[in-house]
Amino acid sequence: MSETKTTEAAADEPNIRIVEDATCTFCGCVCDDMELTVDLDANRITKAKNACVLGRAWFLQHGIEDHPQAMIDGREVPLEEAMDEAARILHEAKFPITYGLSDSPCEAQRVAVAINDLVRGNIDTTTSVCHGPSGIAFQGVGESTATLGEVKNRADLVIYWGGNPAESHPRHFTRYTVTPKGRYIPNGKKDRYVVLVDIRKTPSSPVADQTIRVKPGRDFELLWALRALVRGRDISPDIEGITGVSRETLDELVERMKNCNFGVLFFGMGLTMTRGRHFNSGALLALATDLNKYTHFVAKPVRGHGNVTGADNVVSWQTGYPFGVNFHRGYPRFNPGEYTTVDLLARGDADAAMMIATDPASNFPKRAIENLKKIPVISLDAKPTYTSRAARVAFMVATYGINTGGTVYRMDDVPITLRPAFDSPFPTDEEVLTGIHTRLKALRANGRKKAA
Amino acid sequence: MILIPGRSSKQGTSLNAGKLKEEYQTVTSTIEMNESTMNKLGLSAGDRVRLSCSTGKVEVACGKPRKDEDLPDGMIFIPYGPSSSELMESDTAGTGMPMSKQMMVEVERLGAN
Repeated sequence: MSETKTTEAAADEPNIRIVEDATCTFCGCVCDDMELTVDLDANRITKAKNACVLGRAWFLQHGIEDHPQAMIDGREVPLEEAMDEAARILHEAKFPITYGLSDSPCEAQRVAVAINDLVRGNIDTTTSVCHGPSGIAFQGVGESTATLGEVKNRADLVIYWGGNPAESHPRHFTRYTVTPKGRYIPNGKKDRYVVLVDIRKTPSSPVADQTIRVKPGRDFELLWALRALVRGRDISPDIEGITGVSRETLDELVERMKNCNFGVLFFGMGLTMTRGRHFNSGALLALATDLNKYTHFVAKPVRGHGNVTGADNVVSWQTGYPFGVNFHRGYPRFNPGEYTTVDLLARGDADAAMMIATDPASNFPKRAIENLKKIPVISLDAKPTYTSRAARVAFMVATYGINTGGTVYRMDDVPITLRPAFDSPFPTDEEVLTGIHTRLKALRANGRKKAA
Repeated sequence: MILIPGRSSKQGTSLNAGKLKEEYQTVTSTIEMNESTMNKLGLSAGDRVRLSCSTGKVEVACGKPRKDEDLPDGMIFIPYGPSSSELMESDTAGTGMPMSKQMMVEVERLGAN
């Protein structure tokens, strides 16, 4: 692990620390070129050079919460007591589930998997309500992939489909895909052609050389028509009526895709959260693969949370599957729709839940939230949330990347080391999870869990 | 009408301040429609409306109208948050992913803010 590069102020100056090459973990871009100015007396970051609007809010709004480290039923308790209670809940449950993890470092994710292995629980990450359908499509179709560095240095055709990076990943354009100069893209944006496919105009639209407006819910049809044209097949004469996009536009796009040097399709939740879900992602991945008959073409999902890609990686290398993994039989099983958290909660299957750096009580469907409120919940989060407020056991943890180190994966599966800015009085989520894991091992040693 | 929840810059920055703070709650309960749709429904910026579907109903405020060419007729945009979740169906069609965009809702005017 590399050392934190910091510069401390002289004794007679304000207590300021400069952290170079710090990493922002707000979104999946995981930009690692931050220069943070930290007021160590106030425990605040006062400047975040190179950060985007979201990154600035992430760093500058972060302080030390006036909040207990641990609570049970809203009552402050010692950390050890809360870990005892969390372990007891997980040990006694017949169907404990763990969910979240995309805003935790890989080191904590690893312990969460171990806990579920031990209690024969169910582990799922926010991927299941993000690019989960793309994860399903990867297994069915495969992935023609590249790093963002390769895209920066080589891509001369960049297509965004169903996403709005200007608001969700503001530096995606400027750091990797549109404006930066690359080894084989010496003139930056002048050497690239950018296409944006969406159902509405967004703040990302002005960046594009061409915007294509698809009818809502017609992405699959449009992608399949493009596949047909790439393969030299004919398509419906009414393609414009079906998709909202003219045949002429499709023909022009197909020629552009086949004749570029290095093309990339970035896709967002406009594909995964709408009708068709994994079929949409699968169609796009298949289109990228088809195009490799003519040129080099890749596809990448634009991932949301700071370490959601790490969650996919850690759960994959520990269980063989990326999300929605069940250990009930003593070995991992993967079945989206059955072992994914929205389904488990909506059906009322789970009888205890551990929510790590996530807030399902705010962003899950109503029926799932109603059932979540009926079972004991353990919450680990760096801020009070709807979920922590309703939790039986609530831990307030240090913020990764600001107060703690560790490893996160950028959206292109590149691992990056965190450089913390200042200390926190709160434990890390790895420390809390390790404490729970240790207690569970002791409980298991004293008597095996009752059979379901 | 078709409801499209999604991310916005304000949703992202207010999220950092805290989900229980007023700014996040205001941002995630303000919708956008185009000018023609708002005129057709007799709505102005600041008006309160009720969005409902078979799953639930929420009261939200209308934001400034978008240009007709920017947002299609009959479409509503709302930043992700508790309001959009209230309307989300829990069925995932075997994928784990609830239909989180493209939700069919009815709009009812409740009056000026």
